[in-house]
Amino acid sequence: MHLAIDARGLRKRFGPADVLTGLDLAVPAGTIFALLGPNGAGKTTTINILTTLVHPDEGTARIAGHDVVADPEAVKRRISLTGQSAAVDEVLTGAENLVMFGRLSGLSARGARRRADELLRRFELSDAAGRRLGTYSGGMRRRLDLALSLVVDVPVIFLDEPTTGLDTRSRQELWRVIRSLADGGATVFLTTQYLEEADLLADRIAVLDRGRVVAEGTADELKALVGGEVVELRDAEGALLAELPTDGTVHGLRRAVEELDRLAAASVDGSAVSIRRPSLDDVFLQLTGREHAPALQESR
Amino acid sequence: MTASTATASTPAAGPRAGAAPALRPRLGALTAERVFIGRSFTHSVRDVESMLLAVMLPVMLMLMFTWIFGNAIDPSGDYVDYVVPGIILLCAGFGSAATAVSVANDMATGVIDRFRTMPIRSGAVLTGHVVASLVRNLFATAVVICVGLLVGFRPSATPLEWLGVFAVVALYILAITYLFAAIGLAAKTPEAANGYGFILLFLPYVSSAFVPVDTMPGWLQPVAEHQPITPVIETIRALLTDAPLGAEAWWALGWCLAIIAAAAVWGAWLFRRKAGRR
Repeated sequence: MHLAIDARGLRKRFGPADVLTGLDLAVPAGTIFALLGPNGAGKTTTINILTTLVHPDEGTARIAGHDVVADPEAVKRRISLTGQSAAVDEVLTGAENLVMFGRLSGLSARGARRRADELLRRFELSDAAGRRLGTYSGGMRRRLDLALSLVVDVPVIFLDEPTTGLDTRSRQELWRVIRSLADGGATVFLTTQYLEEADLLADRIAVLDRGRVVAEGTADELKALVGGEVVELRDAEGALLAELPTDGTVHGLRRAVEELDRLAAASVDGSAVSIRRPSLDDVFLQLTGREHAPALQESR
Repeated sequence: MTASTATASTPAAGPRAGAAPALRPRLGALTAERVFIGRSFTHSVRDVESMLLAVMLPVMLMLMFTWIFGNAIDPSGDYVDYVVPGIILLCAGFGSAATAVSVANDMATGVIDRFRTMPIRSGAVLTGHVVASLVRNLFATAVVICVGLLVGFRPSATPLEWLGVFAVVALYILAITYLFAAIGLAAKTPEAANGYGFILLFLPYVSSAFVPVDTMPGWLQPVAEHQPITPVIETIRALLTDAPLGAEAWWALGWCLAIIAAAAVWGAWLFRRKAGRR
């Protein structure tokens, strides 16, 4: 299969901190790939290596067949990066930022202006086009930030925690854009701390923990790692009373139901039982042996 | 953060429909430089406060030195002729310090890292800041010279000597700007960059800018005599007035080129080293 991103045995150390400890990634072209992990797991360092900003101490990485260390120029012609903090020019207006990036991406002055108008409309920023970035809200900056990466179409798009700090509406809007990018044929590589985001958006997910990929696959494959369905018991208000894992067999399900009978809670008026697939939270807990609560300060 | 319960739609793995997008086009020879110079000009024009300050401060200093201290320093009233070259350099240095803050800002926001992931000479962003600083400071210098003429500065320079003054001032601005650009790269924050700039601004006081070196305490004289600003000031003074132009001009040229070379090497090293590390 044609790989958009092919990383093998990446290691990186900053001072005393082992940030990456042998990271492997294989991302097929034209897919959305999510790198999921807590703060400090090495997500940003991975992106920095794949986008040629930082050299790995060991290992190799290829973007669309081009080595990030040996041939960074070829890699740069094929990628765009939207970093974690909105890397925009605060003094310029939204339109000026877009025109600048358009010009730097090889568009003519007129072509860059036309493209800027298109993107401003697409990201619902037309009204703010003439305002300096310094006056934008967080959601608006993030949208412009993403728009800057899209002034020209590139095969591989990197998004470092694209929805961190966004409200629900902006987040869903961004998800819609990301899906449309992949539908256009681009490979989208994104990092996230949100299990829900990886689950909803990504074709494949890699779980990163302490600088290594500890599991990789589709959301369903990862969920299968923790076994079968979970039987939930909720009271009339919908609050969770009990969660009983099953192994996916009829026998296991029957055992869970018998277990329910023994629970006093099951006889509460209005209580209801339902069966759900395991969530990525369950996966994360299973794989890393701990909750996904931020463990370390993100070190780059 | 709660995970989704019973998520319905997980997209299937595998490539999607649609043709793969093309590559980024290659840029014309100096496109990146042109774009970044334009950007830095826009920054300069929008930062009206800094621009005003960069012109006002040297003008105020000049008025203060000529009207308040002038007669005490030199009762003959010719002090204005002595001090204007010093004020010109002070002005150039003061204005160039803003470059450190601009560069440090670009590093802090991460916009430079973004440029680095594009197939352009990312160092061109520094070229933009340097060129904008040069133009800004030449303009401020022109204003200072005009005000100087208004308060009685009477240079005896020929057109050729004026050209020489322009060249020396431009070279000095470039040297200081390169140095401040490197300081901006080295500084951890834009605020720190601003602070470092302040230290360098005291150098003109320990030179022949405001008073002749031989009026200073003996231990300070060698420092004032041999620091880079003194030969630059003496060169401008010689060109503007009737004073003889001696070896000072070569020293000025040498110092400026040495500072540019050192700042460029240091800056290039910092620029490479700080990739991806904000």
